[in-house]
Amino acid sequence: MESTVLRIENFSAFFGENQVLKEFNLSIPQNRVTAIMGPSGCGKTTLIRCINRMHELIPDARVSGKMFLDSEDIYATDPIVVRRQIGMVFQKPNPFPMMSIYDNVIAGYNLNGVKLTKEEKEKIVEESLKKAALWDEVKESLHRRGTFLSGGQQQRLCIARALAMGPAVLLLDEPTSALDPRATSHIEELIVQLKETVSIILVTHNMAQAARVSDFAAFVYLGELVEFEPTERMFTAPKNKMTEEYLTGKFG
Amino acid sequence: MKEPSIRGRILWDKLFKALIVLLTFCSILPMFFILFFITSKGVSVINWRFLTHLPKPVGEIGGGISNAIIGTFMLIGIATVFSVPAGTLAGIFLSENRKGRLASLIRLCVETLQGIPSIVIGIIAYIWLVVSMGSFSALSGGLALGLMMLPVIITSTEETLKLIPESLREASLSLGVSYPRTILKVILPAGISGIMTGILLSIARVAGETAPLLFTAFGSPFMNLNILKPINSLPLMIFNYATSPYPEWHTLAWGASFILIVVVLGLNLFTKAATKKWKVQF
Amino acid sequence: MIKERTDSISVELPERVGILMDRSAEDFLAKIRKRAMAGWKFGLSESSFRKILSVAGAFVLLLLLAIFFSLLIASFPAIRNFGIQFLFSSTWDPVRNEFGAFPFIVGTLATSFLALIISVVFSLPISIFLGEYSAQGSMATFIKSMIELLAGVPSVIYGFCGLFLLAPVVRTLEMKLGVAPYGVGILTASLVLSIMIIPYSASIGREVISLVPSDLKEAALSLGGTRFEVIRKVILPYAGSGIAAGILLSLGRALGETMAVTMVIGNSNFIPKSIFSPANTLASVIANEFTEATGSLYLSSLIELGLVLFVVTTVINLMGKWIVRRMGVGE
Repeated sequence: MESTVLRIENFSAFFGENQVLKEFNLSIPQNRVTAIMGPSGCGKTTLIRCINRMHELIPDARVSGKMFLDSEDIYATDPIVVRRQIGMVFQKPNPFPMMSIYDNVIAGYNLNGVKLTKEEKEKIVEESLKKAALWDEVKESLHRRGTFLSGGQQQRLCIARALAMGPAVLLLDEPTSALDPRATSHIEELIVQLKETVSIILVTHNMAQAARVSDFAAFVYLGELVEFEPTERMFTAPKNKMTEEYLTGKFG
Repeated sequence: MKEPSIRGRILWDKLFKALIVLLTFCSILPMFFILFFITSKGVSVINWRFLTHLPKPVGEIGGGISNAIIGTFMLIGIATVFSVPAGTLAGIFLSENRKGRLASLIRLCVETLQGIPSIVIGIIAYIWLVVSMGSFSALSGGLALGLMMLPVIITSTEETLKLIPESLREASLSLGVSYPRTILKVILPAGISGIMTGILLSIARVAGETAPLLFTAFGSPFMNLNILKPINSLPLMIFNYATSPYPEWHTLAWGASFILIVVVLGLNLFTKAATKKWKVQF
Repeated sequence: MIKERTDSISVELPERVGILMDRSAEDFLAKIRKRAMAGWKFGLSESSFRKILSVAGAFVLLLLLAIFFSLLIASFPAIRNFGIQFLFSSTWDPVRNEFGAFPFIVGTLATSFLALIISVVFSLPISIFLGEYSAQGSMATFIKSMIELLAGVPSVIYGFCGLFLLAPVVRTLEMKLGVAPYGVGILTASLVLSIMIIPYSASIGREVISLVPSDLKEAALSLGGTRFEVIRKVILPYAGSGIAAGILLSLGRALGETMAVTMVIGNSNFIPKSIFSPANTLASVIANEFTEATGSLYLSSLIELGLVLFVVTTVINLMGKWIVRRMGVGE
């Protein structure tokens, strides 16, 4: 029996008058990789931005419904607290350009003015980079700028930065679409391993990737949750006709 | 109907281009003239004594411009203290509020401030500080220069921060960093070299200004480190000496002009190069 | 099916250690985070910060209003005493306490418009050269830098050079023409001023000319027009209002210019009779007499001159900037 880490109830999101998410009901299982799939513009990015409350930063943005992290009502808590417990990695790697690799990983603490001892910081940096499978490659040059790394390494740095905060959920917004195939496979392997420490929600327009790495899959179309199944079942025997058409490439 | 001949039209075309090129190159001649004359008349005046001694009374040989050099630095320092904090914050405000009626109105005010003649700024500093303090002072001169630096700093800060990609802000916010900390610890440091360049540009603008100092800093033959007293500056000294009837003073003015023009043009060229280099970063 | 395909892509990750972490390390980190989370103060709130920024912005607005009202209030004695006649009276007599701005308005307009005409003769060709003939390359960069440097030279240095280099030439000319050989006066001031304002109209003119859509130019060229004809019949009409705006902005600059003009205009408070006469502009009379103004009416009259200068230059500058913005030039 899967336990739920994130529960989404009757959730809708709007840009002004335009409704982009329609009455979502979804339970994200703990310590699993859940893929959110669908054609461009279907609302998948909006969904995860609502989870870490970045959607509301856009003027004219509005939501209704509820989301619960464990038992905390996400929309009744300070968004800053929510974002410290739900990490996000973006499509295009965005390490802080003025900071070293070391400072990038620990940025969540430094920028928030948290006082840690040098030993504590070093421990966090090392563990986070190890979890992101980047430690061996950068351990000799921790104090170089983060921008000297390759695309795939930069993305793993961003993952380490998010992991350093010890989030319960990690949101990945098409994390490999800007990377070459080799870097992509590195990150996919990483995702599968990471689920032991953190629950992962992966937005992807790449069906094969979803099939490769995820345990559960949700298919979203035009702002509606069409189907949510364990991945194997969705790909072999989808319940909904639209899901089947998407998976067989009839549209998207 | 007689059509203009092709040869005639081509001739006009060539004549026009020649005229355009000629006039263009003529217009940069004054620059060369100025640089040539100031260098030839001013370089020979410059020596260690010139830079470190105070001006001597009329008739006495020697004398220098040390008080003017120190005064220029002090005035720029005071002006920077007045204008940088307010200007940077206002610039951040404008870059964080791209739309909005208040922001547009403030942008209009900045443009207006930029266009106010420097002598009028001098009048304002006179009314605000000289009258209330009862005397001329470095402080009032610094205020006048600060008022002139302000719009340049606001505009360059706004332009710099607008160039910073949104992804940086998102990265910070997604880590649960609050909005004020994101601006102050991520966005601002990312734009710091552009902002510094803007400050240098505004300094280049005011370093050569005389009119706003005529009845604020007022000038002085002495060395003065007290901001509540009148103070000399390079441009003021050049003005006073150039318009005096004493040839010895004219010579000093050429020397001072050489220093001033080298510093001001040097700052200008430096900031242009720095701006170009910085813009490539993003 | 699909599952089989994924199994065949196996990749060696460079680092597998540390993923299956030992419990103790994980607990240690969890303890740090819990302690850190508990102690994380929020500091300055978003709304307070935004308020501070708004105050900084509003400060600029208040500053401008304060400037205007300070000038207005300080001019009251003169305004009350002379009324609107101030602008048309040509008596400027500190002894009898009678002040009129007309000679300075004439001086300002004469020097500014003469400077404008002279400068356009050069700035328009520069705009065409840099906007059309030679938009890129090291020659263009060199010319552009030179022109921009012209704008950077301090006004007092222009005045100094004007006084010692240009005035003697004008004096010789005046002697040849049999006119009183002052050397300084409206002509000299206009010449110096014209060089100073060239960069302002040149740079805006260049930008609007370079913004003329190339398909318009190509259409004209493909119909057999020469470059000259394309410039005359397509580019200039299209960029016309932008060029005019640039000229307007350089006029604004000329009106307010003080030091260079003060040093070569001859300091006379009478209406100039010819371009060889000495005169004063609104700015130069303030520069010359402000520190010696005794009596509140004298000072107030000088400040009222400043007020006139402020209003006129503001109106012209804003008009020019508005036209430039409408033409879509990214300043």
